[in-house]
Parts: sequence; C-alpha cells; structure tokens
Amino acid sequence: MATKRDIPTELVPLLRTMWLIRAFEEKVSALYAMREIMGLLHLGIGQEAVAVGTCSLLRTDDYVFGGHRSHGHAIAKGADIKRLMAEIAGRATGYCAGKGGSMHIVALDAGFVTATGVVGGTIPLALGAAFAAKEKGKGQVSVVFFGDGAGQAGAFHESLNIASLWRLPVIFVCENNGYAEFTPLSSHTLIERLARHAQTYKIPSNTVDGNDLLEVRKAMTEAVQHARSGKGPAFVECLTHRLRGHYEGDPAKYRELSELAEWKEKDPIARFTSELKRRKAISDKDIAAIESEARNLVEQGAQFALASPWPAPEEVASQVTA
Amino acid sequence: MSEQNFLEAIRGGLHEEMSRDPSVYLFGEDVALGGPFGVTTGLAEAFGKKRVVNTPISEGTVMGLAIGAATAGLRPVVEIMFIDFITLAMDQLVNHAAKLHYMSGGQLKIPLTVRVQCGISGNMGAHHSQSLESWLAHVPGLKVVMPASPADAKGLLKAAIRDDNPVVFIEHRGLYWTRGQVPEGEHLVPIGKAAVAREGEDLTIVATAKMLPATLEAAEELYSSGVSVEVIDPRTLSPLDVETIVSSVKKTSRLIIVHEAVEQDGIGAEIITQVQQEAFYYLDSPIARVAAPFAPVPASPALEKCFVPGKTEIIHAVQRALNR
Repeated sequence: MATKRDIPTELVPLLRTMWLIRAFEEKVSALYAMREIMGLLHLGIGQEAVAVGTCSLLRTDDYVFGGHRSHGHAIAKGADIKRLMAEIAGRATGYCAGKGGSMHIVALDAGFVTATGVVGGTIPLALGAAFAAKEKGKGQVSVVFFGDGAGQAGAFHESLNIASLWRLPVIFVCENNGYAEFTPLSSHTLIERLARHAQTYKIPSNTVDGNDLLEVRKAMTEAVQHARSGKGPAFVECLTHRLRGHYEGDPAKYRELSELAEWKEKDPIARFTSELKRRKAISDKDIAAIESEARNLVEQGAQFALASPWPAPEEVASQVTA
Repeated sequence: MSEQNFLEAIRGGLHEEMSRDPSVYLFGEDVALGGPFGVTTGLAEAFGKKRVVNTPISEGTVMGLAIGAATAGLRPVVEIMFIDFITLAMDQLVNHAAKLHYMSGGQLKIPLTVRVQCGISGNMGAHHSQSLESWLAHVPGLKVVMPASPADAKGLLKAAIRDDNPVVFIEHRGLYWTRGQVPEGEHLVPIGKAAVAREGEDLTIVATAKMLPATLEAAEELYSSGVSVEVIDPRTLSPLDVETIVSSVKKTSRLIIVHEAVEQDGIGAEIITQVQQEAFYYLDSPIARVAAPFAPVPASPALEKCFVPGKTEIIHAVQRALNR
C-alpha cells in the first residue's frame, strides 16, 4: 500500500507530524479546561492522517485552505507551533496578532492561506488561488479541506462545477467524519459517498480510509500529480472520525459510546506506528522519543503563548483596512 | 476632456487599468460578451478571454473565487449584474473579503473590486431595482463607492482597482446613458472624498447616485424662486467624508439627505447622526430625509413612479425646512 517513494526512513517524519498535531490538540484541550484558552474550539484528534497524508506531498508555495477544524492542517503545512498556539490563546504574538483565533488561522509563511468559521466557505477561495496559480504557471496547486457537512452547501456544488469547467489545479479533500455538527450524514443527504458528487461534475475522485496514512498518501499522490500537471481538479474523500466532540465542551450525546470505541480502535497514529514497526523502520524507543519530542515542542509553544502579551487595546480597530 | 456617457467612462477605466496592470482580471456573467448593458464590450477582444472571464450563474462562488485569487496576487474585478443578486454573494463578501485583512493580523490583503449595478429604471420590479448600499456600508473592511457622474465613475473605478481593499463600486443603471466631460488619461478620484456639486447658502442637500441630477434640477428651480441650495455628492459612502458635509451645514444651517434606497436605516440615518454630533448648534431646522418608502420596489409603472423620490419631493422638503 505504500507508494514507491515511501521508503521507511521517509515515513518516520510523518509520524512526527501526526504526533505534533495530536499533542497540540491535547494541549489546547487541557488549556481550555483550565480556562487558559477561551473561545470556540474544534479539535482534529483522530483526523491527523488526512492532514499529514495530504500536506506532506505539498510544496511550501502550494496554497492550503481549511475550515473550522484546522489546527492540524496548519501544523501539517508547516505553521510555527508557538505562533499558532499564541493565536489560539488570543495573544499579540499569534499569527494573526490575536485577531483571528482558532477558526481563522492564517499562516502565510507556510502557505496556509486561511481557515474559516463558515462551513464550506473556503472552497471557492481555493478555486481562486488555483486560478491564480494556473495563470502564474509555476505548477502550484491549491488544496481545500472541508467536512461532510459542507457537501450539502451550495458553494460546494458551484465550486466543483467551476473547477471542473475551468480545469483548475485544485484538490478537494473531504474529511468525512460522519457528523455535521451533531447530526449524522445520513440525516442530511441520501448520497452516502460525497465523492459521487465529484463524478457528477466529471472530477476524478477516490474514497479512502482516512485513518490509514499510507492510503491517504497514495490517493493524494495521484491527486496532486493530476492537478500539478495541468489536468484539472481532483477529489479525495477520506473516511475518518473525530475522537472529541464537535467543539470542546460538547458532551456528544448524539454518538453511541460503542461507535466512539470502534473508531478509537482505528486510531490513525496507532495504526501507522504498527505499520512502521512491521516494516522495522522504527523501534519502541524511537516511538517514545517521537511522542515526547512532540509534547516538548507543544509545551514550549504553550509556555510561549501564555507568557506573551495580550493585544494592546488600540489594536481593536486597527488593520480594518489595508 | 471628452464627452462620454457613464458606461463608456467605466469601460474606459477598466481598459486603462487592464492595460496598465496585468494582474487585473474581470469575472462575471456574460462579461466577455459585454454584459446586458454593454459596459464590458470589446474588453475580451482587447485582453483575451483568459482575463475577461465569463462565469456560470454562481455569484457566491465567483465572489469567493475572486477573493481567493486576490490572496494569491491577482487584482480581480467581479461584476454582479444586479445588486439584488449580491445577496447571494454576501457571505463571501462580508465574511471573507471584508475581514481577512483584519482577521489575519494584516497578513492578507484583498485588492478586490466589485462592480454592481443598482437602482430603479425601466419597471423591472423588486428583484432588479434595489438600492442596498447601506447594508454594505455597515460592514467594517468594505469600501463603498457610488458615483453620480461619468468623470467620477471613471476616476473612482481606477482608484478602486488600485486600492488594496475590497471596494464595492455601485453603478446606478439610470445613470448609464447620462453624458458628461471625462478627463483623458491618468484621472483618479480619491476614495473617501465628497464633491460639492453646487454651491449655495441657504440649505445643504446631500444626494447620492441618480438622486444627484434630480437634486441639481430642484436646486436650479429653487434658485429662480430665491433659494440658494448647496448640493453635496458624497461619492464614497464608506469611508464617509463627514467633514465636507459638516462644513457645508455650518455654513447653511440646514440639511436634507436624498437617496433612492428606502428611508429606514438608509445611509441618511448615519449622515444625520454624524452631522448632529459635529454641528448640532448650527442647525436651524430638523434634518430631513427624502427617500423611498419602506416597501419593496413595485413593478407597475404607476406604482414605481410613486416609489422613486424626485424633484417635486425634494422641493417640498426644502420648503418645509425653510418653513415656507
């Protein structure tokens, strides 16, 4: 299931990034519980393989757009942990000087263009970056992450149509985690596989196990190659699950505990770790070191964030216009 | 100088900016075919269909696409055929175009121009006649421009395209065939600067878009009966040039605001608030508004005539303000 280029030593950094995301999200959750971080937080614990499987194939100058659950996408694209944590904590040293927050991360230095608080809202933006990329002719691609809930939004369908019509180098990454906020996908649509919509618009598509990093990477390799070589858009639906509630504090009573337990069994980090062990690419000691290194980096990020100043009061109405 | 009509002036502005800057692209329904009023006629032939891009009828996504293109270095100009359809694109315009500079702590700039046609002309009914400028002026991060003459249309459009912020450029359909002198070449009108369209002593009228010619007509008629009216065209509604209006009111001590949008919560309300804060003790009569009734725009010519304010209503308002 690995692609030819995926020799084990190249795969180890992917585990590192997955752990970085997991450790980051767990720290955010803990700081939220301690009221050190405020706001409306949507964590991607359990969905790390999609972010890492996709972004590990991208160049820094490729454009990535996210949604409301996008800390992991920004980290996978290379965002700085300290500035990201400071942003989520509302501090002046954050990526957006504290004006964006958890749902509106912008990390331009890493090519993470923007996230959004509006479901499906960045799908059209990704088309625009793809349009610009095509005009510039440097082989850049544009990637947008969205959930199954966005699949019933008008912007989703309009965007698939235009991307296909204009052969834009955009990759639609659907993180189908089974729930749109509190409601299962089956209550929102009769179309079980969102990739079927891509077929309607004549976009090559694939549905993969989103908790299997190597499977995500394989599908994404094809998708990125397709878009980069000027053949137009591609669509990858990744079946996954968030192991937390919709937002931090969501008791998630709409989800059976047995369902949660089933998905915990399919934890993407555990699965990829076993795969690396099976290939003898990594020892137990390495694994422990990778996890603790990730937790260290995140701890430093949290210390940086919490020691950082709040934005000055006069910032409230600055940067309204450029 | 050359005499042009309003839509020729806009077309000239687009042509000049597209020649000057290869990052300017046009997007919209039928723009490569000239659009329903011929504003973009000839531009696809001059710059190619890669830069004058016909889009499907997907206003929200086209707006978002233009915003995304702006984040990646282009200077898109989006045409929304009727302002009534900007409702479909409000999410992208309000939640992304207007806020991304602020929300990103200045990392992103959105140099986007939205050309949109508005207003009552030709009995088109409630979905092709609205004036929604005050909705837009209520959004931090959007600039809102509403020219009333061909020269201002050209100069403000060129300034809008060069601006690093999203600018909504509102064109009143009823002005498209009005003529005026337009300077040649590098003619830029600054965004955020009002114009005194007629000087006077007794009363100030602030009038937008197609209400400007109606007001100037009224002012001319009033002049022959001994009333001297100063007429101000704000040209930009956000940021509003309060200073020019206030200094006129300090001179005349009376103010009337005329707009085609419905009266309730229109731009007039904002102007009144700001003027009374700055010039309350200069006022000799209550500030009045002449605007459309609080109703959708009717289709019947008989009703449309009653809906749109005009010279007669303006003259009556002036007489009331002067207690004559």
